[in-house]
Formats: sequence, structure tokens, C-alpha cells
Amino acid sequence: MRLQSKSIALESEHDIAVARNEVRAIAVELGFRLIDQTRLATVTSELARNIVKYARSGQMIAQPTESAEGRSGLRLIFEDTGPGIPDIAAAMRDGFTTGRGLGKGLPGSKRLVDEFKIESEMGRGTRITIVRWT
Amino acid sequence: MEGSRIPILKLGRVLIVPIQVDMDDQTVMLLQERILSELERTGARGVLIDISLLEMVDSFIGRMLSDIAAMARIMDARTVVVGMQPAVAITLVELGLELRGVDTVLNVDEGIKLLRGEFGIHDEEDEFNLRELNAIAEQINRP
Repeated sequence: MRLQSKSIALESEHDIAVARNEVRAIAVELGFRLIDQTRLATVTSELARNIVKYARSGQMIAQPTESAEGRSGLRLIFEDTGPGIPDIAAAMRDGFTTGRGLGKGLPGSKRLVDEFKIESEMGRGTRITIVRWT
Repeated sequence: MEGSRIPILKLGRVLIVPIQVDMDDQTVMLLQERILSELERTGARGVLIDISLLEMVDSFIGRMLSDIAAMARIMDARTVVVGMQPAVAITLVELGLELRGVDTVLNVDEGIKLLRGEFGIHDEEDEFNLRELNAIAEQINRP
């Protein structure tokens, strides 16, 4: 079974729910166990909300993938052309927040996945790539 | 997915809120407002929020639950969240959320016991209401 990549526009608060439901459905297809389905849906909700809140719009790309050892996994890319993150190191610290959130967003999200990469350029946008293996 | 579709039941002096759908942000905010205005309108002293069908609690929903508990407390009411799925609990902890000020128990029965016992929420028609609440608890807990 080879699932195709899928992209979802993130333009409104409602799209956050659409994205996390889509990710859960893909995670089920890929054979992730319940706890990992929950982690993936939750991390999607957090990162999609960041985009809608700070960048206004962007997209999520879901790419089913396979490791060198043949383990299947899911890569999720969240990208926007928003203002960018001025201090990534600070944003990755627990307790840091600029919005009305609880400051759990990025560091909390990182704990829910196996790989977490963040690229950001001021005035150009942000791209966060995460992977969770089954 | 509209907030108005999530029922708020009143039994005795307890509001029961069974959340049975995945909520978008709008629904979450609307539900918070509705619970608070029901508290004011009915003078209820307890809020029991059943999240056993919620497959995910992110920081937004977590904050909503904490905020409801804090606001209800100011209005002299106690909040209990019941039925959190194990996978949801694990994810919440990993995410670093604490659900500050929210009491959590395993199921609706325990939630009602907590509200009635520890928080001393009783009323005149006690016996009748206890039977009603138990009937509803059974309904809600049925898979």
C-alpha cells in the first residue's frame, strides 16, 4: 500500500480541525497505534493553529514515508509565508509564548514526534517538518 | 460542528456537558460562553464535562477546560472533567499541559460523587435527582 502525499490549505480556524482529522485518518491507514494517532492529531492541531494565528494562512503537506529499514512513517510539513520566527531558540524553550497560548506549542509539539525540524526566515515565512515512525 | 449542538443538561444543581464531537475553535469558545451563561441562569453549583468521546485535547481545548473551571469557580461552582481517554492523557502530559484547576475523574459516576460529596452540592429533591443522574450517567457511559 502506498499512500499519496496530500496537502491541506490552512486559512481559517475550521481548517485546523480538518487538518487534524485528515492526519488521524492517514495515521490509521498507515497502521499507527492509537497513542501515535493521538500524538499526530494533537501535534497537527498545535502547528496548524500557529499558522492560522501568526501567519494567517499556509498549508500542511502529509507525506507517508518509509525509513531505510523499511519502517513506515508519516512526515508532515507545515509551511507559511508569514512573518517568520525572530528567535527560534527562544521559541523552542518551554514556557515561551507571544500569543495568548500557554507557551507549550513548539517544545510540546517536538516531544510528540520522532523528528522535528524548523526553518524560518524573517519576512519570508516558516517551515516545520516533523516525522513520526510507526 | 456548531457549539449550539453540544447539549448542556441540568440535573439538580449540576450542569452535565457531554462533548461528543470533535470541536473546532469556534465551537470551543461558544461552548465556554454557553456553560457560563447557563451557570448564571440556573444557579447550578457544579459542572460535569464528559470528554470520553474526545479523541484529542490540544492546548486550545486544554486552556478552555482550565478557563471554564476558573470562571465557574468565581461563580461559586465546581468543575469536574470525566472520562479522558488514556491516549489523550499521555499526549497531554507529553505536551506539557497541566489542566490547572480542573479535577479529573474516570467516569460520570465518579464525577457526580465528587461534586455531591467533596464539594457538598446537594439540593432539596436529592433522592429524585440522584436516581435521574445515575440514569443519565448510564446513558452517557454506554459505549
